[in-house]
Amino acid sequence: MDNKIAAVTMRNITKRFGPTLANDKVWLNIYRGEILALLGENGSGKTTLMNMLSGIYFPDEGEIAIDGKPVVIRSPKDAFALGIGMIHQHFKLVDVLTAAENIVLGLPGKLDLKAASKKIKEICDTYGFEVDPDQKIYDMSVSQKQTVEIVKVLYRGADILILDEPTAVLTPQETDKLFAVLRNMRDDGKAIVIITHKMHEVESLSDRVAILRHGQFIGDMPTKSTNAQEMTNMMVGHPVTLNIDRPEPVDPHPRIEVKDLTVRDIEGTVKLDHVSFTANSGEILGIAGISGSGQKELLEAIAGLQPVESGSIEYVDDSGKREQLIGKDPFAIQEMGVALSFVPEDRLGMGLVANMDLGNNMMLRSYRKGRGVFTNRKAPYKLAHQMVDFLEISTPSVETPVRRLSGGNVQKVLVGREIANAPSVLLTAYAVRGLDINSSYLIYDTINSQKMRGVAVIYVGEDLDVLLELSDRILVLCGGRVSGIVPGRSAKKREVGMMMTKLGGEADE
Amino acid sequence: MFDIVSFIPRAVVQGIPLLLGSTGETLTEKSGNLNLGIPGIMYVGGISGVIGSFYYEAGKTAQDMNTALTILIPLGCCLLGSLLMGLLYCFLTVTLRANQNVTGLALTTFGVGFGNFFGGSLIKLSGSSLPSIIMTNTSNVFRRTLPFASKAGVFGKLFLNYGFLAYAAVAIALAAAYVLNHTRTGLHLRAVGESPNTADAAGINVSRYKYAATCIGAMIAGLGGLYYVMDYACGVWTNDAFGDRGWLAIALVIFTIWRPNVGVLASFLFGGLYILHMYIPSGMNLAVKELYKMAPYVVTIIVLVLSSMRNKRENQPPASLGLAYFREER
Repeated sequence: MDNKIAAVTMRNITKRFGPTLANDKVWLNIYRGEILALLGENGSGKTTLMNMLSGIYFPDEGEIAIDGKPVVIRSPKDAFALGIGMIHQHFKLVDVLTAAENIVLGLPGKLDLKAASKKIKEICDTYGFEVDPDQKIYDMSVSQKQTVEIVKVLYRGADILILDEPTAVLTPQETDKLFAVLRNMRDDGKAIVIITHKMHEVESLSDRVAILRHGQFIGDMPTKSTNAQEMTNMMVGHPVTLNIDRPEPVDPHPRIEVKDLTVRDIEGTVKLDHVSFTANSGEILGIAGISGSGQKELLEAIAGLQPVESGSIEYVDDSGKREQLIGKDPFAIQEMGVALSFVPEDRLGMGLVANMDLGNNMMLRSYRKGRGVFTNRKAPYKLAHQMVDFLEISTPSVETPVRRLSGGNVQKVLVGREIANAPSVLLTAYAVRGLDINSSYLIYDTINSQKMRGVAVIYVGEDLDVLLELSDRILVLCGGRVSGIVPGRSAKKREVGMMMTKLGGEADE
Repeated sequence: MFDIVSFIPRAVVQGIPLLLGSTGETLTEKSGNLNLGIPGIMYVGGISGVIGSFYYEAGKTAQDMNTALTILIPLGCCLLGSLLMGLLYCFLTVTLRANQNVTGLALTTFGVGFGNFFGGSLIKLSGSSLPSIIMTNTSNVFRRTLPFASKAGVFGKLFLNYGFLAYAAVAIALAAAYVLNHTRTGLHLRAVGESPNTADAAGINVSRYKYAATCIGAMIAGLGGLYYVMDYACGVWTNDAFGDRGWLAIALVIFTIWRPNVGVLASFLFGGLYILHMYIPSGMNLAVKELYKMAPYVVTIIVLVLSSMRNKRENQPPASLGLAYFREER
């Protein structure tokens, strides 16, 4: 590899955001015909580094060379001209425009959508994509949108592709498809960089890995000569155990019983269709499914936030007394010990107020306590302090607005607050969305400790590997219906993946 | 008896200022700028044109006046005045990222005050006994109709009987619709209004598009003010006479669901509704007339309800309307 000329050479790159050093004298080589995995924890500067290559940011120091020639990249336009294309974690697509319109967006010349569609078809045929140029973006699934993004950079003639956490939102089958396409492109001589947190993806896809930690370049090596444990240690800076604990359930008995639950949204679309299951105390019930299969509605129905069309949700307390949750107001349900922590795609949307500080966000749960018209302000701030220490939240102070924290830390605040309430049922969705390994494990540990306390945990996750390692039982949703409930210890990933896309999971291959 | 042949032309001349205002506002909103300063900008456009023609017309008879200059001077003054208002709005909301609603409302208050101040000053200067400025000669040029208008019977009355600015307004609206939907510039502009960071990542200069769309939009809206004074009001400027037409223009943007080509007919409908109360025999009961004056607003509310109920994504306002864009915001 080393005698080849690097497609991209980044030398001594430094980037500061105010007082924080996002990248500190980073060196990186990217070669053609190779897939490079860029690894690092949240906030280690991976995305920042790649943003400098794609023209979003401009480096404070250092140089970039393409094919050995020094270049200056001032804007995304410059990057396109050099054949660099980046697929961002949050898609950069305009919802109300069609695929073709999005793909030609920003290009000069006369607008000719017919010619564009033809060229898009050619690209799709070359690499095995499927894109309908006239389909509107808002009608597309996440994986279709991602395909549009990839076609968009190829359309511009990019031969250096950067993908920022491309699999975070895909099902296993979609991921396999994406990887096949990426391998096709590699064999076609393109240079590919993929940013990811998932070790097994690094191992199965990449040819070489490069690791960043706290903005510094730690090292790179061929993927074949390393393993997940070594890479994780390099990322974190100290040895970590990679196994998620799965203690045996403690004295499980039914806590939440859901029967024939049917929920429609405002437009009358059925979101949940006769869903029945039991969640036991001292047990983690994992919920798997393609995003939008009814996970959100299920949790919200239990928490009392979603009107229910028919069915029943019963809460069973320790003495065996049953209580119907449907029709109760969310506050009463919360008082019974049902806590909901939902981490939406934009992380802040539900549960936290971006402009308020940590202490005040804690208070959103306790503002009704205290005497008379005054709230108790001391307790929430004390709680915030405890959480910062326990969950290793990196924040200047508890008076810092949540908006200023990095994504991972925001999530810790959200999950931490729900757990601090000592619930008897913990509903959590996407708790580790976008979190790095170290923080994710901290959250898994916290969830496990709740399970050991006898809490019934309902865990909605998008990473199947984690669901399979963490849950005692897994409920698979498919289009709002229960596709099956499988034991977590013996379930196979492929089997669950099939159940996610097809009721019952029978393959028709 | 309802006289349709005399009603329609009056609806049209009522509609033209609204059409110009709403075309300008639609362009502006497509860039993500919610310019509530449009009423003020139309006001400034009107008074700027008046100032120009006042000084040109002063002390001249109709024979002394050059036709081209009679049109170009007020036209140029009007465009310049509204351009400055547009630039001010952009500087505050795009460059300094001030709140768009507050800025827009402030500009409206400012524009009306500006118009009334200079209107009042000119009235003093002219030494007129009436509280208005009269520019009959200029108005006659602006109101010159197509040559066969009087000979073509009903057809002439309905279609040929307007000043050149009316035809220009329709042409501008159709051109704006074409640019928005069929050109690369239009595609980029829509992308800026829907999702500025997507546009930015695609290499589109977001600020430049916002500035250009807002300033051009302001100039088009300003023409609405000029048309009102020179054509509709026969060259008579009276303080506050322009009334709430600016707000009606903004309502029209919603009514047309951001489509300038729909605006052509919709503005005539609005113009008709605006004067409907004069054509409805209501006897001595003036309260009924007041009810009819509400018609355009009631229709707008109904359209708002209908378009949000249908919930089609294309019919929604641009997604980033009213939001300032800052690249490094998280």
